[in-house]
Amino acid sequence: SAFADADTDKLVINGEIDIITTTVAPAHLENVDTIYSGWHFRSDETQAFQMDDFDNPGMIGVEKASENWDTVDGSEGKSCASCHGEAESMAGVRAVYPKYNEEKGKVTTLAMEVNNCRTERMGAEKWKYTGGTMTDMVALISSVSRGMPVNVAIDGPAQSTWEQGKELYYARTGQLELSCANCHEDSYGMMIRADHLSQGQINGFPTYRLKNTKLNSAHARFKGCVRDTRAETYNPGSDEFIALELYVASRGNGLSVEGPSVRN
Amino acid sequence: MKILAISAALTAVLATGVAADTVVPSDVVYEDGAVAMSLSGKAGDAAAGEKIMNKGAGNCIACHQITSLDYLAFQGEIGPALDGAGDRWSEAELRGIVANAKVMFEGTMMPSFYRTEGFYRLGDAYTGKAHPGNPEPLLTAQQVEDVVAYLTTLTE
Ligand code: HEC
Ligand code: HEC
Ligand code: HEC
Repeated sequence: SAFADADTDKLVINGEIDIITTTVAPAHLENVDTIYSGWHFRSDETQAFQMDDFDNPGMIGVEKASENWDTVDGSEGKSCASCHGEAESMAGVRAVYPKYNEEKGKVTTLAMEVNNCRTERMGAEKWKYTGGTMTDMVALISSVSRGMPVNVAIDGPAQSTWEQGKELYYARTGQLELSCANCHEDSYGMMIRADHLSQGQINGFPTYRLKNTKLNSAHARFKGCVRDTRAETYNPGSDEFIALELYVASRGNGLSVEGPSVRN
Repeated sequence: MKILAISAALTAVLATGVAADTVVPSDVVYEDGAVAMSLSGKAGDAAAGEKIMNKGAGNCIACHQITSLDYLAFQGEIGPALDGAGDRWSEAELRGIVANAKVMFEGTMMPSFYRTEGFYRLGDAYTGKAHPGNPEPLLTAQQVEDVVAYLTTLTE
């Protein structure tokens, strides 16, 4: 790629959690040497929101999810806490998802795991895949892994899903015929109209966007980007987006989990 | 029969507002990426073309900078600056680039503005929903001509 106009600022959250926002690309990446968190491509003002949890509007969702974590729901009379204890027990989980689930025989996302526990272990209704309640919960689970390097597995039983995701990443869609790679691999660091293009990493998800003032899931973001190519999108939670999430996550192997992050 | 068919064709032409001497996207002939003849059969209007560079149909400045349009904020950096494009390229080449840049620049990121076939997962504009059949081209034949007329004025 032509040039990476990522800034050189350092991200430390609450003065104690060091975030790896720049590192050497994982070996499977053919066209990129260095990977950057999307944080580097945002303005100083936007970046600052993430340096302290009191300033991070995404932490409001984390607080709401903490209440839900302890709230009994469903026919089994259980809460997340009944089985998992403190939310801190989820430390490390976000870093390895999406992940192959032996029992389901497929790669699953965090949101799918949460709904699986709700429907099969709590006897509760599932939450809407990209809805606020779910995205808040994924943000809570992410928040306890902040600072840990993303490390999703791409081989073994996950490999065919990963390959499907890679194909989707390079497919040029819609009437504008643009792929994820056109914008986030060939053109990161450049301006596309008013937007400073990042590498489209998902280590920061869920992201609180100043634009729509809420936490956004990775699949909602994917949908928006595909729609902007004047294409028919895939649905959040679809096999295609699960595969794409695994592939995109793997492009960020080595960056710290950062969610909930703040973007514009 | 023949007269009926012709008048049906004429009605269709009038209904879509496409003039009879317009070359439809699938009939455009490219020679080394260039297109010799006007797509609308008419001359372009450079002032109308300048407007198309901005947000809306063309949105060319999403990817290109044009110094003389510095009143338009947020010009992109994906493609080369278009300053001097009228010196670098002939009118026929500019027409070819605007109509379907992928003929001149293989694999380019620049969208094809006058092409209606061969898309993957075509959507209905920006709705995210599928578009049945072929779409309207991003620019009409006359809009392509207007843009080309404008680009020829970009000399240094
Ligand atoms: C009745 C017990 C039970 C309840 C209630 C429950 N879970 Fe689970 N959960 C499990 C078990 C068992 C597993 C699979 C084994 C494991 O990874 O701990 C699991 C796995 C998970 C995983 C994947 C963890 C990993 O390491 O791969 C997540 C995320 C999760 N649960 C979140 C939740 C959330 C959020 C709630 C509440 C909305 C919840 N669970 C409620 C028992 C439960
Ligand atoms: C037409 C250009 C374009 C295409 C094609 C595109 N994106 Fe984006 N994407 C953007 C812009 C602009 C942004 C906002 C600025 C940024 O973070 O890059 C963005 C943001 C993102 C983000 C948020 C990054 C962060 O740090 O919060 C992700 C993730 C993403 N894109 C993934 C994708 C994926 C996956 C695809 C393909 C399915 C894709 N994009 C296709 C333009 C594009
Ligand atoms: C999504 C990005 C994008 C958009 C939108 C776009 N272009 Fe381009 N354009 C490019 C790229 C990239 C090139 C360089 C060609 C290549 O790939 O080698 C280019 C090349 C050109 C060239 C030749 C450049 C030179 O001077 O050598 C012209 C002329 C041009 N574009 C005009 C336009 C016009 C007019 C529009 C709008 C109607 C437009 N472009 C929209 C990306 C874009």
